[in-house]
Amino acid sequence: MKARVTVTLKTGILDPQGKAIEGALKSLGVDGIASVRQGKVFDIELAGADKAKAEASLKDAADKLLANTVIENYRVEVLS
Amino acid sequence: MKSAVLVFPGINRERDMARALKLISGHEPAMVWHAETSLPKGTDLVVVPGGFSYGDYLRCGAIAARSPVMDAVRQFAANGGLVLGVCNGFQILCESGLLPGILMRNARLKFICHDVHLRVERSDTPFTRGYNAGQVIRVPVAHGEGNYAADEETIRRLEGDGRVLYRYCSASGEIGDTHNINGAAQSIAGIVNERGNVLGMMPHPENHVEDIMGCTDGRGLFAGLAAHLEQAA
Repeated sequence: MKARVTVTLKTGILDPQGKAIEGALKSLGVDGIASVRQGKVFDIELAGADKAKAEASLKDAADKLLANTVIENYRVEVLS
Repeated sequence: MKSAVLVFPGINRERDMARALKLISGHEPAMVWHAETSLPKGTDLVVVPGGFSYGDYLRCGAIAARSPVMDAVRQFAANGGLVLGVCNGFQILCESGLLPGILMRNARLKFICHDVHLRVERSDTPFTRGYNAGQVIRVPVAHGEGNYAADEETIRRLEGDGRVLYRYCSASGEIGDTHNINGAAQSIAGIVNERGNVLGMMPHPENHVEDIMGCTDGRGLFAGLAAHLEQAA
């Protein structure tokens, strides 16, 4: 089973890296960029076949390590 | 003083720290590998040194904070033991839940490596008793992620309880945006936990302890700790 955990900064948390990327895109002349916030994506291969169990494990992984919930939100998706 | 310096893969300031501890307390610290599940018997100070544990992968300090030795450190702190985290050590203490908040990327995105001035906010703690309240000291910083952040409630409680012990300032002790090198909330350079026995700070006092270093302002922190532990013993 494949899954994806997406970690993003909470609203209101300053994102200087996102700001720098936003500036670079604007200076490259890419049209229509209003703002950029950056984050992380984890593609995870799961051993079992139980979707509910997989979601619980991924949530556990995100809470324990992948995200720092002081500043970050995460989203768990079981893809296949 | 019976100190223990933790060693994680990727840490590079552990020998500077051990040297400073030996120099000031007269006692050689124990070097404790991250895979250990206990601290040496009789340890009265745990030091989490600076460097780049696990190459700063994921988030600074995130992986080191989950290593076996940190369970022993949490237990040690819960029993009132003194813990000092410097630079990456501060990041590790935040990630391990021993201190609130997090160290974010520096506001201007640059790695900062030079001397800074710190104002010592109070002198009635084991971590600051070697200084006077309001004293300005000069110590180096070397970090890319030292921008302290926490939710408003946490910042209010830190300030209300007097738990900010060190703040970035000018040479004459003024606090302000121009002296706040990394954009930290309230110019915070170092904080303690609620119980007052765990300090995390970004600057490196261990690098200003000998005349040959050009400044000895960092000695007060270690001398204060040594005096405190000697008195307690």
